[in-house]
Order: sequence, then structure tokens, then C-alpha cells
Amino acid sequence: MTALLPRLHVRDLHTRLLQGDSPLPLVRGVSFDLHDGQTLALVGESGSGKSLTALSLMRLLARNARWECSGQALLTDAQGQQHDMLKVSDEHMRQLRGHQIAMIFQEPMTCLNPVLTVGEQIAESVRLHLGLDTRAARAQALRALEQVEMPAARQRLDEYPHQLSGGMRQRVMIAMAMVCEPRVLIADEPTTALDVTIQAQILALMSRLQKDTGMSMLFITHNLGVVAHHAERVAVMYAGQVVEQAGVHELFAKPAHPYTQGLLACLPGRARQLARQSGQAVALQDIPGQAPAMNRLGSGCSFAERCSVSLPACQLQAPPWLGIATHARLCHLEGHP
Amino acid sequence: MAEWRLLLKTLFARRVVLIALVLLALMLLMAAISQWVLPHDPMAMKVSQRLRAPNWNHWSGTDELGRDITSRIFYGARYSLAIGAGTALLAAFFGTLLGLLAGFFKHLDAPLMRCVDAMMAFPDILLGIALVSILGASPTNVVLALTIVYTPRVARVVRASTLVIRELPYVEAARAVGVSTPRLLSVHILPNLMSPILVQLSFIFAYALLAEAGLSFLGVGVGAEIPTWGTMVAASTQYADRAFWTLFFPGMAIVLTALSLQILGDGVRDLLDPRLKGMQ
Amino acid sequence: MSRMSWGILGRTLLGRLGGMLAVLSLVSVLVFLLTRLAAGDPMAMLLGDQASLADIALARERYGLDQPLLAQFVLWLGEVLKGNLGQSIFLQTPVTQVLLDRAEPTAWLAIFSVSLAMLIGVPCGIASAVWRGRWIDQCVSTLAMLGASMPSFWMGLLVIQLLAVGAGWFPVSGYGEPGAGWLTRLHHLLLPSLVLGTLNSALIIRFTRASMLDILGEDYIRTARSKGLTESTVVLKHALRNALVPILTVLGLTLALMIGGAVVTETVFNLPGLGNLVVRAVLRRDYPVIQGALLVIAGIYVIINFTIDVLYVFVDPRVRHG
Repeated sequence: MTALLPRLHVRDLHTRLLQGDSPLPLVRGVSFDLHDGQTLALVGESGSGKSLTALSLMRLLARNARWECSGQALLTDAQGQQHDMLKVSDEHMRQLRGHQIAMIFQEPMTCLNPVLTVGEQIAESVRLHLGLDTRAARAQALRALEQVEMPAARQRLDEYPHQLSGGMRQRVMIAMAMVCEPRVLIADEPTTALDVTIQAQILALMSRLQKDTGMSMLFITHNLGVVAHHAERVAVMYAGQVVEQAGVHELFAKPAHPYTQGLLACLPGRARQLARQSGQAVALQDIPGQAPAMNRLGSGCSFAERCSVSLPACQLQAPPWLGIATHARLCHLEGHP
Repeated sequence: MAEWRLLLKTLFARRVVLIALVLLALMLLMAAISQWVLPHDPMAMKVSQRLRAPNWNHWSGTDELGRDITSRIFYGARYSLAIGAGTALLAAFFGTLLGLLAGFFKHLDAPLMRCVDAMMAFPDILLGIALVSILGASPTNVVLALTIVYTPRVARVVRASTLVIRELPYVEAARAVGVSTPRLLSVHILPNLMSPILVQLSFIFAYALLAEAGLSFLGVGVGAEIPTWGTMVAASTQYADRAFWTLFFPGMAIVLTALSLQILGDGVRDLLDPRLKGMQ
Repeated sequence: MSRMSWGILGRTLLGRLGGMLAVLSLVSVLVFLLTRLAAGDPMAMLLGDQASLADIALARERYGLDQPLLAQFVLWLGEVLKGNLGQSIFLQTPVTQVLLDRAEPTAWLAIFSVSLAMLIGVPCGIASAVWRGRWIDQCVSTLAMLGASMPSFWMGLLVIQLLAVGAGWFPVSGYGEPGAGWLTRLHHLLLPSLVLGTLNSALIIRFTRASMLDILGEDYIRTARSKGLTESTVVLKHALRNALVPILTVLGLTLALMIGGAVVTETVFNLPGLGNLVVRAVLRRDYPVIQGALLVIAGIYVIINFTIDVLYVFVDPRVRHG
């Protein structure tokens, strides 16, 4: 862990959807730090607000709705200058996007423009942010494709997305995002839509690229298995809040928040482990109930009604942050094993 | 019942849609009760009163035979609206039949659609003119001719929707369970087509209205004796320079009605949009 | 493009060509049946009504007019493909000649109107979509709907009253004397093109707006923004390129509407074009002319659509590669 300034410092991010009478809070006070060369995994179920967190930081929220974002998101660029991404002008943010901070998305098919060649989609970033001319930009695009281990890269430059397989399209997305050497990469479930064998390849590629360039990664996923092998730190999200933050080994060995414990207990591998230890068959566990509707949240802990160890206070009072800097949880329960 | 209220609330989310519906309802009402409520007899000719500008007695003035234009507009509404509605309903019926068959039965698709393409190769007015000239000028024939003109358009839309609905999971499930084809078509697929069909109904009503007016203007429509809005505009061409109101008011009637119908159609389409997306 | 894709391209084009020929055949069948219903014998019309009963009886034998309907159709089609569309009853000239004489004003009217409609329609549709919900969108959408509700002949008559009779800026009707210069012709074409062009831009605006809205909601637009591209690049390069296919589609639709609209507009402005000809022919029951005009007009429309289909191939790479 480095004591230097974090590459990305997010403090108290709130995102509300403005609709009808009252704004709907969907991201409720998310804070985290991302250091150079580090991967932070943002884990949670669908609807927990992890994608929205990323989109809010990038200021890419859907334009057919009205949003309200507050908080602080300090990005330290390659020259050491700080920018508050939530407060700078649209034009300023536009210059940061694709250059200092980049994002890759889940569905490579729909995320690439079908009528432009792969090479063009990569080269236009280069021309815009690095000011290179057409030929130099094209050479750079080729290098980017080679970096992401694209077979027959030179040929691919002039091909269209529909001519490529899912894995290759995701490589293109990664190439597009990385060609201007951003300091931070946000990856929103980049392998969820891919075949299992390709998933492993892409994940390995991303790890290697990260080591080579020293960039930081915010890795959003609902797959705990991926987290175990590719992240250094983990933030667990539930109902728009981060409920636990820890180093990856600590989180798996000693989960402190009841939700995290429940998540880990759901893993079939866990059941197998327990069965081996106790010598008896163990039933697969799940967390009873459903994630709460965001417009009907009470004043207490949002997990309280599904929590097997909740106290009466949990329903009424918002839980505090407990624990130490490197392993914190949002919970009332003291010293829970 | 709560679903109906939500439906109506979404439909009237834009005030224009409500205004359009009210306007249409008023027009229909006037057409229906015109016989008893009109200020003047629409057919009464008073040559001494010919081509009078709008005044308190005659709100839209009088035409070349001294007939009150306002009364004629409301009386003529019956014919214009009846022709428009008749065409829309018939075109919707036959178009749905064609589109459903073409969309559902793969081997019928190509031949039926080629026929539709061939029909659509003739611009509306032209086909209408050709058909009316064969059949003869009368309201019934105009409805018949325009039905033939607009059926292909409905068929295209219904076919496109059928193709989508046919692939939906619950239709496949119904088929797998062994539901008979007629039942599949009528109970499972047809209800989902209601929304696009309603939208088409609204628009074709508007197009038929405009087409009938055009045909009557050209002299190949319902025949000059029948007071549709189209024949009124046609008759006014000679007098338009001296008596602008003879041209203006019947035309405005057409514009306002067609506009209201299109706004309503758009409103219904906006309504079904999120629902369609939810289906997919 | 690689050699493989040329093969697929060729096959796609051949397929479209086949479709076009199929439709043209059906069109000719329709016209044949229509004329049969209206006037009886299409072959008699081709021969002209100067032919005596004896001539007709002879022709019946020679051309096998007593043969079944199908044979008659084939014979008729043969004559049509040779360029023989018969003789106009009223004008006593071959129909082909009549059509050629009248083609020019209609062609110019169509070109000016379509150009105006696209020039107004596409930018307005894009602006409407990009600034959705703001006043420019409300204005444009309302005007578009108004345009689609207005009968073209009514607008034409109004415009004549206001700008030609009233202000005297334009000629009231006609095309100018025979042999008039191109400037006079242009002067006569301006008002009708204006009417037809603005009314047809309504459909283009609605189509373009709807397509752009769909496209702007797609994931790849979000990706483009995430790369930090300027908004104008996103709209004009990434979005618009994808809108070319629907815009081509609406161009085809507009041309069809234009042909129909020409019929009415030429009547209102008294232009000696094909549309005017058809109306007069119908009123006078000049069947050879009606038949010929229908064939030609429908045929032109089918060919235009085929051309647009071919253009799709060049505009959308997905079509190119099958």
C-alpha cells in the first residue's frame, strides 16, 4: 500500500434520479481510493448501483433522464495535476475522458459503432487526444491492437465490428480505451457477456496490461471468483452504498459485514469446503429475501430486513463505519466474527 | 382498473393529445347531431346571399349558391368522416389479415409481400384515381378504392410486428404445448398487434381524409353533389380570389381533423413504445 | 473489399434484381387487369379506335385475341416491351410520344421538390433529435405534423392567392409559353416546388428525428462519448452515419409521395406534366394514356426503389458482408 496521493479519490458520491415528485437516490454516499497500479473490485448484485457509480464518475449517465450528482471525485493525471471530475466543466471533462480516464463496457457487440472500421474507432482517439496525424494515428492503432494480442492485427484495422468474434471485439474495446495510455481504467463487467474460455484470456490480458503500464483499474463485477484472482482490494456494494472495503485476501478469509458473509456462503465451493471439514453434506445457502426497492428505503440499515444477525437498532438508525482504514464495514455490530 | 388509469394518464401526459381527442369528439358530435342543431339548412340555396363574407349570421360566410358554409362543414363532416373511418376500418381488417398470414406462415411471406410491393408501387392518389375511374364516382366506391390503396400499408406494419411476436418466448411455449394454429393466431398473437393496429387506424383515417379530399378536388371522388370537405374546396377554386373564406374554412376543417388524428396516433404510439420495449 | 465479399455482394444484388423483376411483372399484371375491367380489350386499345371492325376481327385472329386471358396478357406485354403503348384516343398521337412530351415539367418538379424536402427535412430532423424536448424540437415537430395534415391542393391554392394573385411575385399558373427560356420555366416551377417540397419535408423530419433518437440511445454512442469525442463528432460522425440507412429509406418513400403529390400539384398550378396528363386522361376516359402512364409511373418507382436497395449495400457494411 502506498502512502502517496491516490490516483482516484472518491468521497461521498451521491447520484439521484430526478423523476416525478421526489428524487430517487441510487448511489448513496460511495467513497473509495484507487492507488497507482492497483485494482479495486466493485462487487454487488444487479441494481446495487455499481455501474451507476462508474457512469456518474465519467459523467456518462443516460441522457433521456435527469440526474443529480454530488460529492468529490479527484483524479490525479499523469502530470500530477488534480481534477474534480464532478465539478469541472463539460469541455474539461471531455478532455479527461479517453485520455486520463477510460472506460470499457459489458456488451462489446452493441458498444462498437457498426458502420466505422475498427482501426478508425481506435485512431480517432489518438488524433483527438495526442494530436497525431492520420498516418501516425493509424500506426498507433495498429500497435494498440498488437498490444491486446489481436490475431492478424493489420488486417483487422480495416474490418468492421460485425466481422469479429465476441472476444476480439472486447480486445478492440480495450485497445480503444488504452491507446492514449490513461492512468485509470474503469471496466464495467467486461467479461460477463463472453464465453468462459475467452473470459480467462481477456482477464489475463488485462492483468498483463496493467502490470506493463502501471495503470489503476476499477473493476466492476458480480463474479466473486474473478475478484479473487485479479483484484488487490474489494469494495462490496449493496443498495447504493459500499458496505465493506478490504484487501482481497482479508475479505475472503474474514468477511466482516453480514451481506459479504452471505455472499461468500452462497458460493458452491464454500459448501464443498464446509462439507469436507465437517464430514457431512452441507446444503447450498442463499440470502433470503430480495434487494430493497430504492424508493422505499428506511432510515436504518438497508440490509437489516434480510440480515440474520440484526439488532433492533439496525432498522432505525443508519449504521456507522466500523473497523480500521484497510478493512472497514458499514454495520452496527461490534466485533462480529 | 388501475391499469386503465395509468394508461390514460400516460396517453394524456402531453396536453396536445387531450386537446386533439376533444376536438375529434366535438367534430364527431357535430356530424352526428348536425341535422337538429345547425344554424342553417346546409342544402338551402339563397342566391341573394351568395358569396357573403363571414358575419354574425354566417360565421364562415356563404358559398356560391348562398349556402351557409359553417352548416355545410358540419354536415359534410358526416361524409368526410364516414369515408375516412370506413376506409381505416376496412384497411385495418384486411391489412391485418394479410400481414398476419404473411408474418406467420413463412411460405406465404414472399408471394404476399411481392403483391404488397406491387400494390405500393402505385402512389396513393394515382391508384385511387384509377380505381374510382373504373368503379365510378360514389362514396362507396371511394371507400373501396382507398381501402385497396391503404391495405398494403397496414399489411406491412402488421407483418413486421407479427415477425417479432412470433419469436417471443411465450408464443414458442404455447406452440410447444400444442395450441392449434388458429387459436395461436387469434388468442396469443392478435392481442399484441392491437397497439400497432390502433396507431395505423388513426393515421390511415387521416390519410384517407386527405386522399378523399384530393380525389374530390380532382373531380374523381364522390361526385360534386355530395358535400364532403373535398368537394367544397374543389367548388371554391373559381371563387377563391373574391371569396377567400369559401376556400379557407373547408380546408381548415380538413387540416384540423387530420392534425388531431395524427396527434392522437402519435400519442397512442408513445403509449405502446415503453410497453414494446418491456416485451423485448 | 476482399474478393470474398464481392461474391456475397454480387449475390445480394442479383437477389434484389430478381425481386424487382418480380414486382414489375406483378405491376404489369395489375395494370393489364385494371384496364381490362375498365375498357375491355387492351389489344384493341393498342391498335387504336381508327381500326375498323374488320381490322379488329383480323387482329383478333392474328394476335390470338380469342385465346385465353393469359395468352392475351403475354401478347400485350410483348407489345409493351417493344415500346408500343398504343394511341391516345383524344390526342391522336402514340402514347409513348405523349408521355415523353409531358415528362420534362414533372421531372423538374420532382427534382426541385425532393431536394427542398431533403434540405429542410434532414437537418431539422437531426436538430429535433439532438435538442429533444427543447423549444426547437417542439416547433419543428408541430410544424411537421401540420405539414402532414395539410392537403397539398389547399396549400397550393392558398399560396397562389397570397403570393401570385395577391402579391404578384409569381405567375399564377402554367409553365410559360413553348420555347420559353429556362429562367421563365424556373419562375413557374418555384411555387409548386415550394408547396410540394415543404409538405413532404414533414415525413422526412419525423423519420429522421425518430431514427436519430433511436441511434443516440445506442450503446456505441455512449462509448464514443466515453472516448472524449466532441458532441458534434458524436452526432455528425458516429450517429449520422448510422442514420443514412433510414434516411435512404425515407428518400424512397418521399419520391413515391412526390409522384402522387405531383398529380395534384400539377393540376392546381396547371403544369403540363405527367400528373396533369393522367387526371385529364381519367376524366376523358382516354384509356391507352391511363394504361401507359400507370405502367411508366409504377415502373419508375420500382426502379428507384431498386436503386436505393443497391445504395444500401454501399452505405451499410453489414449488408455488404451478408
